[in-house]
Amino acid sequence: MKIFALNRTTDPAQAVATASKAKTAQQGAEIRFIGGGTTLIDLMKLNVEQPRTLIDINRLPLDKIEALPDGGLTIGAVARNSDLAFHPLVRKNYAVLSEAILSGASAQLRNMATTAGNLLQRTRCMYFRDTAMPCNKREPGSGCAAITGVNRSLAILGTSEHCIATNPSDMNVAMAALEATIHVRGPKGERSIPIGDFHMLPGNTPHRETVLEPGDLITHVTLPPPAPGNRSLYLKLRDRASYEFALASAAVVITAANGKISRARIALGGVGTKPWRSTDAENELNDQPATEAVFRNAAEAALRGAKPQSQNGFKVELAKRCLVHALKLATQSA
Amino acid sequence: MSDRIERDEKPEAASRYEFAKSTRRTFLSRLGMASLLASAAPIARAFEEHSEKAQVTSTDLKDAIPVSLRVNGKKYDLRIDPRTTLLDCLREHLHLTGSKKGCDHGQCGACTVHINGRRVNSCLCFAAMQEGNEITTIEGIGQPENLHAMQAAFVATDAYQCGYCTSGQIMSGVALLKEPCGSEDADVKEFMSGNICRCGAYQNIVAAIQSVRKNRDENFRS
Repeated sequence: MKIFALNRTTDPAQAVATASKAKTAQQGAEIRFIGGGTTLIDLMKLNVEQPRTLIDINRLPLDKIEALPDGGLTIGAVARNSDLAFHPLVRKNYAVLSEAILSGASAQLRNMATTAGNLLQRTRCMYFRDTAMPCNKREPGSGCAAITGVNRSLAILGTSEHCIATNPSDMNVAMAALEATIHVRGPKGERSIPIGDFHMLPGNTPHRETVLEPGDLITHVTLPPPAPGNRSLYLKLRDRASYEFALASAAVVITAANGKISRARIALGGVGTKPWRSTDAENELNDQPATEAVFRNAAEAALRGAKPQSQNGFKVELAKRCLVHALKLATQSA
Repeated sequence: MSDRIERDEKPEAASRYEFAKSTRRTFLSRLGMASLLASAAPIARAFEEHSEKAQVTSTDLKDAIPVSLRVNGKKYDLRIDPRTTLLDCLREHLHLTGSKKGCDHGQCGACTVHINGRRVNSCLCFAAMQEGNEITTIEGIGQPENLHAMQAAFVATDAYQCGYCTSGQIMSGVALLKEPCGSEDADVKEFMSGNICRCGAYQNIVAAIQSVRKNRDENFRS
């Protein structure tokens, strides 16, 4: 691990000012904010990340989880994943978020990991994590070893010829289905980014994962008020029953009455290069009866653009069945 | 250790090991050196030179920063390299070697300690970020003559084989009982999934945790 200077500030303005001196906020950033450290310290030990300055944001006043006047929720950037998952308002109004978080990592990691850190969680693609291998995300222009290599766990949606790395987060998938907004304080002031615009597709620049610029500090995330009468859940399929990343997962937020769906929000995990909201699937569900045939139509729509690699073709059908089953569970009579 | 100033008057845990003439660790390393010297003098010399260099590096504190830590109720003022993880700090600087290094990447749970009462992987924390926090290690929850109920339960149910993961398992088990974990064995297994045991003592680990929970709940009722 390369030596770094540790900045232990208590002032968000100073944190932003210090971080704004970096050349990039993306892969290889020489100045990094550190929250729980569960991703960053891991990658620093692997020399995948080599920041020269770490700004400890755990002392900033950004850990609150509170109801908003409009009935929504505000979640501080350094609120811990376990606190968020077990928060009474999250369990009551945003079950999908609680379930998604609790399906990921371990109790220890969830006690450490933060909301903002989870939004910025890095891929588990083993070529990204291995500095001896080519990887366009880690080292632009070096090539993608995964496309011709071991790619069983990698993405089938949103890929490019340069990168097929999966976004590994469960929380992000639920946040996408809940239409979360990410609030950022940067050198030029504050701005709000819908989660759908926050993560970037790899395209020609897989090293750019988000729209964050140097000095941009995520301060909090807001959720809109829960849709009246909605049911939401997170279904995750994986190789082990616990403590494993998704092969395919589905976050569904459904409002249905008398067997008819009036509003659907759908996002998939484990299959996309970013948290995969599928408005195509939603369009197949809205104003339709809650039947298996309709669910299957939605699943077909969600996976229509899938591009399987040599080892992960099974994910196409797995993701479809995952979504169909999640929709069945969410529309069963209570 | 020249980089450590202890404020406590009574020398305990760490200082006991530091000044002891022979601990298990120093005894084993001396034994290793003695056998090397006896059998292969040139290798031993090379080994010695290497250790001297390593020693110089570890006391070269040009990048060190001051850090105050509270561990098991005691305060320590240290100067450490900012790269030092909490796990390495506990083991190498404070000589609290109960917390184990397994994977060193937050995957196995052998390094589990409590920060402000919550379990974390100490291998994925920088020690210098822990100022103001109360850190508890396996040494802090019980001692051989005064075992924590969870430690006693692990002994009673034979919840280990090689023992390497055990302190992490126990620290997780103690924390789990304060978390919103269901009462079924399946709930305990899910909440313990961050602690890997290669010997496969899982059944007995679950039994140990359930026995402590049962006793606690019965005492609560009575």
